[in-house]
Amino acid sequence: MSQPGTLSGRAAPAAPRRSRLDRRFLGLVAALAALILLNVVLTNNFLTLQTIAVNVSQVAPIAIVALGMTLVIATGGIDLSVGAVMAVAGALAPLIFLSGWGQASPALGLVASIALPLLVAAACGLFNGMLVSFLGVQPIIATLILFISGRGIALVLTNGNLQTFSNPGFATLGTGRILGLPVQGWIALALALVVALVVRKTIYGRYLLSIGGNERAAALAGTPVARVKIATYMICSMLAGLAGLIVVAINSASDAARVGNLMELDAIAAAVVGGAALSGGRAPILGTLLGAVFIQLVGYTLIANGVPDEATYIVTAAIIVIAVYLQDSRRRT
Amino acid sequence: MTEPLLQMTGIQKAFAGVPALRDASLRIGPGEVHALVGQNGAGKSTLIKILTGVYRRDAGEVRFGGRAVDLRSPRDAQGVGIATIYQELTLVPQRTVTENIVLGYEPRRPWGTIDWKAADARAREVLSRFGIELDLDRPLGSYPTAIQQLVAIGRAASMEARLLIMDEPTSSLDEREVETLFGVIRALKERGTSILYVSHFLDELFAVCDGVTIMRDGRTVGETRIKGTTKLDLIAGMLGRDPDEIRAAGRTQLATDQTHTGPVFLEARGLSSDRRLKRLDLEVRAGEIVGLAGLLGSGRTESARAIFGMDKVTGGSLKIGGREVRLSSPREAIDAGIAFLTEDRKVEGIIPDLSVRENLTLALLPRLSKMGIVDEARERQIVEGFIKAMGIRTADMDQPIRELSGGNQQKVLLARWLALEPKLLILDEPTRGVDVGAKLEIQSIIAKHVEQGCAVLLISSEFEELIEGAHNIVVLQEGRSVRRLNNPGVTEASLIHAIAEPPDHPHMEAAE
Repeated sequence: MSQPGTLSGRAAPAAPRRSRLDRRFLGLVAALAALILLNVVLTNNFLTLQTIAVNVSQVAPIAIVALGMTLVIATGGIDLSVGAVMAVAGALAPLIFLSGWGQASPALGLVASIALPLLVAAACGLFNGMLVSFLGVQPIIATLILFISGRGIALVLTNGNLQTFSNPGFATLGTGRILGLPVQGWIALALALVVALVVRKTIYGRYLLSIGGNERAAALAGTPVARVKIATYMICSMLAGLAGLIVVAINSASDAARVGNLMELDAIAAAVVGGAALSGGRAPILGTLLGAVFIQLVGYTLIANGVPDEATYIVTAAIIVIAVYLQDSRRRT
Repeated sequence: MTEPLLQMTGIQKAFAGVPALRDASLRIGPGEVHALVGQNGAGKSTLIKILTGVYRRDAGEVRFGGRAVDLRSPRDAQGVGIATIYQELTLVPQRTVTENIVLGYEPRRPWGTIDWKAADARAREVLSRFGIELDLDRPLGSYPTAIQQLVAIGRAASMEARLLIMDEPTSSLDEREVETLFGVIRALKERGTSILYVSHFLDELFAVCDGVTIMRDGRTVGETRIKGTTKLDLIAGMLGRDPDEIRAAGRTQLATDQTHTGPVFLEARGLSSDRRLKRLDLEVRAGEIVGLAGLLGSGRTESARAIFGMDKVTGGSLKIGGREVRLSSPREAIDAGIAFLTEDRKVEGIIPDLSVRENLTLALLPRLSKMGIVDEARERQIVEGFIKAMGIRTADMDQPIRELSGGNQQKVLLARWLALEPKLLILDEPTRGVDVGAKLEIQSIIAKHVEQGCAVLLISSEFEELIEGAHNIVVLQEGRSVRRLNNPGVTEASLIHAIAEPPDHPHMEAAE
């Protein structure tokens, strides 16, 4: 436990230390609770399984992408390519299970249609990470390359066609239910817990935060900066790839032009509302999860109560402004 | 006695219930150069930040120019005539010299655009007072730190302030530049500007200050004329001890028993790097402290960087434990048993937002982890041990390191390396910007490890530290090692002579 400094007679403060981050987190929880309460009163049929399932289903892909985004942001970077990577993964999966080979051995085809897109996504992350680590390209520029070309690749793969399919096995990713709630919600929750534990308990998590906090100091202390950054971009891309698969599974259709469109912005917004600092050094994973849910719920609240679609964008923007303001005020005093 | 320009009385300030200032006061007369001294954590910085409007005081009174004032922001403080030069440079390295000097006070043309001609003229005039001439259109960051520091001082001086606050203004200046600075201070004083001078180098105070205020534990414990006091009295006041007691104890310093040096651990022959190191011959034995002396830019830090795998080695050989090695990253150097406490604590040392614990174990993590998972119980045990052994003043080990005083941050960083039980510890200005108390503690910790067989390569600008601490001193000039002095027997005069003498014998007598 805390001890007064051995040399000074000065008493150590008794207040526990983590309080600052926890306050932010609690603030978000309180805001979320208030929003839910508001909906219970205002919105018809809010507390029905149907409504909850719809919201969970919509928020899960955003949350999954935002987890990876939070890690990249923690290194002081940003990943604009997540939406495009979703499109690539989403385009590949149907190509694989609809191919002659995939039809011939459906079980193997199903596994391959999940595993291969994830591997390709990982390769995209490797590309991003190498540009950032070895060539020293600014993350926003490095990932802009795949942001632009990734969707192009997805369109070329599919000849720009909408691929529709009927594959109950694959569709489970987006339409399955466990305990009445969408499978992807459980996936997002499980991933958030895993990532949170990784950040908190592992040497990788420690390295991640120290690189984001002061890269030069971290490198001098022997931290394998390049390896950690590359791993982080790869994790982010794989999570994006998974989200792409889920979106395609929900619709039983893959549209390379639409899958993951503007997702990078939603993910960044969720991370920022959740308490991530764009300057790096912090990775509030559970905050990100709540941030995604919060943004989703605000949008739903407005739409369900007859506010026009366009207005939700403005409200979302306002929330981000407030989140950034709260973060900024944390840095002062 | 005339009315003081500044009078602060009964100032109190607490952060999250922890008092930083309990009863601080400060009085500065017009045209007076006044020193503020105290150990790290005594409350000097907090008091200055209250004076400059960065923090709000909880209690007490501030009178400036005969009126009670309430400064709510740095802009307010500048408005009444208080200008500050912070310890850390607060300029914009990418912008030009002129832009930095006039930043925020750009001369305007009637229609609102910036009058660059007038700006250049003002910049030139400001710099000429320091006797330096710079290319005004070059980015400030392309000049050495010392020059940048002088520009910062010039900028503040040009604001026609009535009170100029200098927080450790000489920490990155060499001797000649310090003299220049003192000249400027005297000139400002003659024009009636008051100066609040904060420095850990007590000798400087006697050279340039009129009065001195001593702080300890958030209180002002003494105020006196500099003429009527001695260095020992000041130290005694800062530490809260009796001067006789300190005199009797003598200085611990780094001095250790020299007879127990072991085999050669590190041997560099003709080592050169892509960063201004041209020819380094060096030998460090276990249990030995080797000093690296030289002027700013002579290649001291560059030697350390080359040995630690940070810069590319372009020639020569490096042997560790008798085996020739090529170290191409800090990680490899660490694995070879080398640790490097860098000169710039803020830029290359601390991870500000992480806790004391996480900072302390950063280099140790690979040894604290199994299958990638950090053993936090063991980590806490180790950190607890170091906090106790090194007297690190922290509320608890999960406190963010940025909230600690400079001296305590330095102890945490030293502990980061000692935790690895290194065979060679490279220390680059280990006690710079650290107060007297922490300095003695840090030196005695290092001495203890040397006795246990650790080799130390000590880089220091303080002759005293080198002469009293090092067994051998290697002198560098322009990226080359030119001479090796053996202790005992080195005097300040002989060291200065070796540092300054033109290198007529280009090769050090390295053969042994």
